[in-house]
Amino acid sequence: MAVEAARPSVAQLEAEALELRRTMLRMAADKGEGYIAQGLDIADLLAVVYFRELRHDPRDPDWTERDRFVLSIGHYSIALYAALHRAGYIPEEALETFGLNGADLALSTFDDQPGVEITGGSLGHGLGQAVGMALGYRLDGNPGRILCLISDGELQEGSIWEAAMAGAHHGTDNLTVLIDSNGIQADGPTVLRMEPIADKWRAFGWDTVEVDGNDVGAIAGAFDDLRDRDGRPKAIVLRTTPGSGIPTLERRERAHFVRVEPAEWSALLEELERENG
Amino acid sequence: MVELRAGRAGGMGEILDVEGPYEVAPLGRSLVELAEHRPEIVGLTADMGRFSDIHPFRDAHPDRFFQIGMAEADLVMIAAGLAKTGKIAYCTSYSVFILRRALDFLIIDCAHSKANVKIFGGMPGLVNPYGATHQATDDLAVLRMVPDLTIIDPCDATELAQVVKAVADIEGTVYVRSLRGKVPVVFDPDEYEFELGTARRLREGTDVGVISTGFMTQRALIAESVAKDRGLSVGVLHTPTIKPFDAQGVTEFARNVERLVIVENHQTTGGLATLVTEALYDAGIQKPVIRIGIQHRFHESGSQAYIEAKYGLDQERITRAVVEGV
Repeated sequence: MAVEAARPSVAQLEAEALELRRTMLRMAADKGEGYIAQGLDIADLLAVVYFRELRHDPRDPDWTERDRFVLSIGHYSIALYAALHRAGYIPEEALETFGLNGADLALSTFDDQPGVEITGGSLGHGLGQAVGMALGYRLDGNPGRILCLISDGELQEGSIWEAAMAGAHHGTDNLTVLIDSNGIQADGPTVLRMEPIADKWRAFGWDTVEVDGNDVGAIAGAFDDLRDRDGRPKAIVLRTTPGSGIPTLERRERAHFVRVEPAEWSALLEELERENG
Repeated sequence: MVELRAGRAGGMGEILDVEGPYEVAPLGRSLVELAEHRPEIVGLTADMGRFSDIHPFRDAHPDRFFQIGMAEADLVMIAAGLAKTGKIAYCTSYSVFILRRALDFLIIDCAHSKANVKIFGGMPGLVNPYGATHQATDDLAVLRMVPDLTIIDPCDATELAQVVKAVADIEGTVYVRSLRGKVPVVFDPDEYEFELGTARRLREGTDVGVISTGFMTQRALIAESVAKDRGLSVGVLHTPTIKPFDAQGVTEFARNVERLVIVENHQTTGGLATLVTEALYDAGIQKPVIRIGIQHRFHESGSQAYIEAKYGLDQERITRAVVEGV
């Protein structure tokens, strides 16, 4: 039977976010480089999503009435896999294969992996599909919700705004878009000015709140604020810090694609434990 | 089989001046019939409901119809999302917009995910007076390169109506080139049956073999009847399924004729002619071939009759190729 969303305490969610960060560091260790900074910055969000908000069942990933978490930013795969591992979808031994040749856990997400709802990587693809899923659920009287995580850089894809128009027009209030606003892109700090992000979503007709995306209590509060509001789709703008939880990475040039020396991984893990112990 | 002259496409892609039998909006009418007992069917359009013939479905099932606005990428994404919740999503726009604006979404969200999305692209090829912005002369070439995608180019109202129903039972993503408005009836619905992946021999003959797709098959049949009056034995093979392509049916047909004429409403590069010649080469068959199709260039705007005559897609050109071999 499906797992009903529990209501864990802030301390429990913080502990879970720490576990997610530990898991990500373990997956990234010895791989040299990757989207670890982004993974760490959404660890707090994923702790709230997977351990407080989502109604789902790891034993039945295709459960019809599940809440769906749509990761539009498929290159954040390391974070999603860590969450899916902690939630019971991915076994411990599979984590070590992340990004290796022939492994199921690819650098980008593919929807044939249980728990992964869409194939991600090419940006701007998630929200439109999430609108479609929300419409499909509403047609069926399905009580499930759709959560879709996008990023601030991704807002530069026009398809995001096409989906924002359609979601608002069709009143998909069973859909919440989560915007990871971490201020980094491939070519540097947010390469086009995107602010005011929250006002843009409000102007498009979305019920919008803005929170510190590295504060699990604030994130949980945002979900509570929006929970029973009807008629409009919802947006949560999450202000996050790349590399969140590990000061060395937070300071590292606010880098999009972090390079880590092989010898550094154990030091980073020690730092994570020291900062969050 | 009914013999009639080809119609002409008008301002919004409707076929005007249809001589002989026709059906109005076969796509929408067939979809309404199907949807009566298939509650999982939904319909979507990108501000092209009236001009892509999905409006009968919109009127019959407003609760299952979604207007997405002028946003083809969004149309395709939302269709994929609906499909991932168990729906069969029929979406319509013009071929050229789906192809150019929505290609990435069509490939990743639909084909790669094997999503049950059925795309009906209106006005494929040179069927539009608005010029290069509206002419999808390259859709078959581009889309045949997409894995896990089915491509169908129906001939007439009979076949289009059958395809609407057939694609509901094809798992995954399908692209159909569709005709709107008054669509000529070429095939007798009591005799013709569309079958996915099968090329259909409409005429048997040994002197010339005409291989055609889409509404060009109507013209191939007219050319055949003229040739017959001149004492020529002409076979006609209709190839509505572009992918998966019936290479075996094509090579068997080609073996028994002296020369070939390939006719398509698409560039002669990358579409039917390429598929046929690849199949012939693979089978070790070498025959004289005339390829009739759209040239590799941008085309000017004008009436359908003007454009077709100018670029060599008209009945006279096709008949000359079949009868005279030039």
